[in-house]
Amino acid sequence: MTYMDRSRIRNFCIIAHIDHGKSTLADRIIEKTGLLTEREMQAQVLDNMELERERGITIKSQAVRIVYQAKDGKEYILNLIDTPGHVDFNYEVSRSLAACDGAVLVVDAAQGIEAQTLANVYLALDHDLDVFPVINKIDLPSAEPQRVKDEIEDVIGLEAQDAPMISAKNGIGIEEVLEQIVTRIPAPKGDPEAPLSALIFDSLYDSYKGVIIFCRIMDGTVSRGTTIRMMATGAEAEVAEVGYFGAGQFMPCDALSAGMVGYITASIKNVKDTMVGDTVTDAARPCDTPLPGYKEVTPMVYCGMYPADGAKYPDLRDALEKLQLNDASLRYEPETSVALGFGFRCGFLGLLHLEIIQERLEREYNLDLVTTAPSVIYKVHKTNGEVIELTNPSNLPEPTEIEYMEEPVVNAEIMVTKEFVGPIMELCQERRGRYISMEYMEETRALIKYELPLNEIIYDFFDALKSRSRGYASFDYELKGYEQSEMVKLDILINKEEVDALSFIVHSAGAYERGRKMCEKLKEEIPRHLFEIPIQAAVGGKIIARETVKAMRKDVLAKCYGGDITRKKKLLEKQKEGKKRMRQIGSVEIPQKAFMSVLKLDDK
Amino acid sequence: MKTLGVYIHIPFCLRKCLYCDFLSGPAPLPVIERYVQALCREMETEAVQYKEYQVRTVFLGGGTPSVLSGEQIRRIFACLQDCFQTDPEAEITMEMNPGTVTKEKLEACRRAGVTRVSLGLQSGDNGELKILGRVHTWEEFLQSYRLCRDAGFAQINVDLISALPGQTADSWQTTLEKTVALEPAHISAYSLIIEEGTPFYKIYGKGRGTGMFAALPDEETEGRIDQITKQFLASRGYRRYEISNYAKPGAECRHNCLYWMRGNYAGFGLGAASMVENRRWFNLTKLDDYLSLQERETPGSCRAGEPYSLSLQEQMEETMFLGLRMTEGVSCQKFLHCFGRSMEEVYGKVLEKHRAAGLLEYNGQNVRLTDRGIDVSNYVLADFLLS
Repeated sequence: MTYMDRSRIRNFCIIAHIDHGKSTLADRIIEKTGLLTEREMQAQVLDNMELERERGITIKSQAVRIVYQAKDGKEYILNLIDTPGHVDFNYEVSRSLAACDGAVLVVDAAQGIEAQTLANVYLALDHDLDVFPVINKIDLPSAEPQRVKDEIEDVIGLEAQDAPMISAKNGIGIEEVLEQIVTRIPAPKGDPEAPLSALIFDSLYDSYKGVIIFCRIMDGTVSRGTTIRMMATGAEAEVAEVGYFGAGQFMPCDALSAGMVGYITASIKNVKDTMVGDTVTDAARPCDTPLPGYKEVTPMVYCGMYPADGAKYPDLRDALEKLQLNDASLRYEPETSVALGFGFRCGFLGLLHLEIIQERLEREYNLDLVTTAPSVIYKVHKTNGEVIELTNPSNLPEPTEIEYMEEPVVNAEIMVTKEFVGPIMELCQERRGRYISMEYMEETRALIKYELPLNEIIYDFFDALKSRSRGYASFDYELKGYEQSEMVKLDILINKEEVDALSFIVHSAGAYERGRKMCEKLKEEIPRHLFEIPIQAAVGGKIIARETVKAMRKDVLAKCYGGDITRKKKLLEKQKEGKKRMRQIGSVEIPQKAFMSVLKLDDK
Repeated sequence: MKTLGVYIHIPFCLRKCLYCDFLSGPAPLPVIERYVQALCREMETEAVQYKEYQVRTVFLGGGTPSVLSGEQIRRIFACLQDCFQTDPEAEITMEMNPGTVTKEKLEACRRAGVTRVSLGLQSGDNGELKILGRVHTWEEFLQSYRLCRDAGFAQINVDLISALPGQTADSWQTTLEKTVALEPAHISAYSLIIEEGTPFYKIYGKGRGTGMFAALPDEETEGRIDQITKQFLASRGYRRYEISNYAKPGAECRHNCLYWMRGNYAGFGLGAASMVENRRWFNLTKLDDYLSLQERETPGSCRAGEPYSLSLQEQMEETMFLGLRMTEGVSCQKFLHCFGRSMEEVYGKVLEKHRAAGLLEYNGQNVRLTDRGIDVSNYVLADFLLS
């Protein structure tokens, strides 16, 4: 059997801080190598989902194979693996990196190194990737390529003077990037005759083919008919097809051998069987040990999701089921709320993941959702020795049954220019941060390290960070572990009735402030009724804050529009439409958006 | 014989008031003349379909119809009489504004058959009038009012607006007292609505007004103002028969009631609305389009879109949310007669909800809004929409 010449393969990824031009460079590379005509190029080929394009971020890993005629006269196969661009998907990023042999580091010529640049470089170096930098956006008026090159050398220690100077947007310098990919990134190692071991870096569900596994073959060969086994999940299946990635399409081929990046289908029904990071091997001739680094991803953030229209509950269930086919990190289980009826407690990798799922449910499945405040997972140690992992504040046991509670804490790195160090540190202090260190990367920029409770950053930390640094701060974090903490449950009472969907867990020191702000916010959101409505915040039955929605005095259309009663009707329809979007709690109608508005309470 | 109300729209005025969002504005005299001719052509063309109808009420509204000359007024009514069968007892109302009323015009109106005059006063306080951007003072209104009386009009309505910028309960009380002293047969008392697209919206659209602009009354004051309107007018013999309309016994505006009771009405002129036998349509709202269509050799239809047939459900909705504006309410028997279903069957839950909250009452025949129900009528009426 002849195998593909590994010396002509380069497996690489592009890493960058958000908005530094990663996806644009990927597009240019694809375009340059003639895979697609310009007409076929929709902006950013690799970001498939509408949502990805809109938000300018990559959510799922993608891969594409490019054939490049290098200056040495030889043809090379370049496999570009695009990695997700957000801290929520750090694990997926690490698996994608593990599938590569090198990385192109894109740095914005005006902005220089940012928090994610560092985080991603360190992640790449951890995976022994050869990294070389590329200076992007050199045609911006504010570009300072030399300063950025020096910064890369000083801060990261990468040789940067030969870095290609490019403008991905305008197609400048792309050739040089391709050449350096060939010369600076090593060819893959591995033995095509050895037992099969392939790293799964992503998978997606296709209704015809079943699960499509995206993998990098480390050793061995796989072809149609091979019975494969996923070493962590134990799932086995017979391979129906193998192939590689054209731009936007799957190209079947005879076999995938060591060094190659491609896909496998085997009529697998569920992505849960093909977890990212797992090792695919040949069931008949398995490898000795799985590839390192596999871990089961677990959700960090939970919230309740309810259909705005209670009758849509089955639709929501079906939609979640379908999304989960493609997203093994999404969790959901049915729950019931007094205020919101039947819904699901859903688990996510982070707030962005949550927002993405929420938006996809609303757009692709046409569902109108009410989402409760996101909560992290608290560990509740009960007096009887039992430990509960609490994902829904309503399930918190009675205070007398609780010995103590623990909350998740993250290591956060914030990079910011000098003038904003003060405000950012103030923000971290307010959010119960523990100062670790601060170092100046260069004269004007500092890297601040804090330990922060996860529950302090899942709401609006990122927004607050941006607004207090005029958009200049960048931020990255990873879970550190659990720490004991004084947590209490804050309850909201509307017209004296507790609204379970508004309860949440908060640190005791911040309970009053949070309660007060929530009452104020709810006062704005709840329309006047025929009667006065008290809004109260309580901890352990004790009221700590109160606001009042005054009774409706007058709501009358006094004017007469002659015979044009359609105007009158439109006004009434609007009013009625508004009522439909309300939730009835006792005798009070609460707008659905009130449940979500309480998430954004930072007032600076 | 079937009956019909006729509405004629005159989209002209001397100057646009700052709160006004009606289809009207100032125009040069030749344009007004072209409009009058176009209007007459429209009535002539359209009248054919109303052969079997007797016109019981006519309302010449605007804008300010009294910007027309006596001769133009005469022509419009002559055309109306020629084209339609009009009840000799018909109520024929014309809106007028102080500053445009002359003895000569009133004479023409009398002779043309106008039976009722509606005068726009809005406020008895010259400061408030100025804030509204009105073109007249209280004194000028008084002059116009006397001219109307002298011309022999017994049925006079005075339009008032409360909750004006800078208004206090006292100034509103004074406006009412001054108005009532003149003993008009009918008073329309609206509250100011800040409509989008008006200059007032820029000032008051998002707040009560600050700085150089007089503030809108606060909630307390507005509540007191509404109390005064109700109590004072009642004490002087004016019965509230509709949310914003008060009349001496027998002086209710029949044309207005026709809208609320869903009678047939045909509208002529720019943007006019019509509803005949549960079909509803509107005229074009662009003056140039309207004029050029009517000035063709064969006048084109100036309707904007095709007439829309109301479904049974829409008819029921309208019956309720329009009918309940009348203080006498909606007759359960009429409802049953019209729709073959009882009001209880269609609206049982809604009726019960609002009866329990003290917003609706039932006197054995009619369902009607209570006093409190009128205050929050939008809240109640919205529930009568069925989908």
